[in-house]
Amino acid sequence: MPDIDEEIRDTSKGMTSIVKTVVRFALGIIVIFGAYIVLYGHLTPGGGFAGGVILACGYIVLTLAFGRQIALRKMNNKAASILDTSGVLAFLAIGLLGYTGGYFFLNFLGRGKMFDLVSAGTIPLCNIAIGLKVTASLFAIFLALSIFGRFISSLVDEDE
Amino acid sequence: MQGFYPLFTAIPLGMAFINLLMAKISKKVADYIAFIATGVLAVMAVRMLFEPVFVYKVGGWPPPWGILLVSDGLSSLLLVVINVIGFLAIIFSTKYMTTYTAKPKYYTLFLLMIAGMNGVVITGDMFNMYVFLEIASIASYALVGFGCEKEELEASFKYLILGGVASTAILFGIAFLYSMTGTLNMPDLAQQIEILGMNKALGFVIALFIMGFGLKASSVPFHAWLPDAHPSAPAPISAMLSGVLIKALGVYSIARIMFHIFGPEPMISSILMFLGALSMVVGVFMAVGQSDVKRMLAYHSISQMGYVTIGLGLGLNPNVDPAVAALGLFGGLYHLVNHASFKSLLFLCSGSFEYRTNTRNKYEMGGLIRRMPITSTTCSIASLSISGVPPFNGFWSKLIIIIAFLKAGYPLYGAIAVLVAFMTLISFVRLQKDVIFGTLPEKFREVKEAPLLMTLPLIILAVLCLALGVAYPFVDQAMLQAAKDTLLDKMAYMSLLTGG
Repeated sequence: MPDIDEEIRDTSKGMTSIVKTVVRFALGIIVIFGAYIVLYGHLTPGGGFAGGVILACGYIVLTLAFGRQIALRKMNNKAASILDTSGVLAFLAIGLLGYTGGYFFLNFLGRGKMFDLVSAGTIPLCNIAIGLKVTASLFAIFLALSIFGRFISSLVDEDE
Repeated sequence: MQGFYPLFTAIPLGMAFINLLMAKISKKVADYIAFIATGVLAVMAVRMLFEPVFVYKVGGWPPPWGILLVSDGLSSLLLVVINVIGFLAIIFSTKYMTTYTAKPKYYTLFLLMIAGMNGVVITGDMFNMYVFLEIASIASYALVGFGCEKEELEASFKYLILGGVASTAILFGIAFLYSMTGTLNMPDLAQQIEILGMNKALGFVIALFIMGFGLKASSVPFHAWLPDAHPSAPAPISAMLSGVLIKALGVYSIARIMFHIFGPEPMISSILMFLGALSMVVGVFMAVGQSDVKRMLAYHSISQMGYVTIGLGLGLNPNVDPAVAALGLFGGLYHLVNHASFKSLLFLCSGSFEYRTNTRNKYEMGGLIRRMPITSTTCSIASLSISGVPPFNGFWSKLIIIIAFLKAGYPLYGAIAVLVAFMTLISFVRLQKDVIFGTLPEKFREVKEAPLLMTLPLIILAVLCLALGVAYPFVDQAMLQAAKDTLLDKMAYMSLLTGG
């Protein structure tokens, strides 16, 4: 496997160097913003789903600008599938842990001080689990569609 | 048992995803995970029959703010149908699905579908119901196209589009209800609508719900997806779709919403009775000319669901004698349970024939009773049940529905029910002649009986078909009366808001 820096500089893959340079700057901001939306879901508008979509968009921008190989190095389809599944299981586990207080989905953690980052009991944890699930599954759907599109276009080429 | 009520959705949901994780280590575990999960659910569902009515507050939030889960006669009845048939379909799948690839993914989708249906049945919250309905529907779209052949993908796409339209109509209806009452909690909605009285906006909501849930229940102007979707799916999925899904998502939701939220209303009653009669007639006439066995069974599903709908319609009619309305409703619910048993048996039998002969065309088969005696005998029992031959279960429920309609002063609907029962009999006599009896074609001389894991669910379902007919008085008391009384008692449902 070639060095990742060499692959990034490889001009034959992905888009032009203008796009690549902009994406390099923007990607960090996109990911930070996505993480912010997930983590502050219980305090500000947004939450696990919205933040997860933004994070997944970060991966999609990476794929579009640098080509699929670079993006797959960051998260391949197997990792996406495992993250996706563990997001669901984490969410369900939070629900089941509510049984420690007698009810399914009971908010069993302390509520904390209002408007603090660590407050509202299990809700931030639920947001993180949902964010994980949405990021991984949207990226997996994008990968599946891109692979399927390539498969279809190869079929069309054969016909021609 | 009461504290574990949410586990009806939590177990299949969790197991579905654990299954995906485990499949990355070993593919063989998937069989056992699905078997154990559905087995536990089936046992829990049977236990639920003996529980009193109760409500469960998710997260400890009091109603109407939190989500309520309601356990009463109707939801217990549906839980038993869903989970027992699901368990038998999983047993059948362990051998049948070896002809397909990606078995763990199949089990995951199957368990998600069970989670969705259980959720629809146990919930007491409109939006929660919509979410679970979508879980079950989306899993079923994927399962219909599971074979990835051309026709299967086409059927799946058609089902996806039509199902999406239906879901949109349902969501729109829920939004309307919310804007009028400001609540999504179903007992609370019932109280608010009682205060509000009938108005035009509510009439529109009813129309949206009849369209949306009617499509899920495949009643006749909304049935177009079903004859494509059922034959395309793998046999255990056809059995689940026809035996359980159209009931849990369609008929159950209609019954719950119309009886408990809107209450008996002459307009809803006449619409449901008309749609039921139309489904019965159209379904059975479309079934006659089909050569594909599963396609024919799919059309009969439409027709038989008509019996259930027409029974519910009579139950909703406030202008007939309450005892007669109750009889009609009872017949409809009884036919719902019976249809679940014999139609899933018929679809599993068709899968068993297909597994050995690789064809679904009934004109290519024949004389299979000599080579596949167990499958053929059970198929024959199911055919007799669906066509209403005593002492099998289909006879009693059809008889009750016909008597109820004659007593209620709707002789035309009664006559249609008799005619459709007769047409069904003709259709299934032909099926038996073409597939089970008659001459055995040369190419099937060496065909063997299906493996034990496939015949075992067939035998259990055949025994159920016979038992539900012969042991009618016991079944009557245990399950159906409770479900019927629940549906007729709107006041009790509204009081769940405060009493639970």
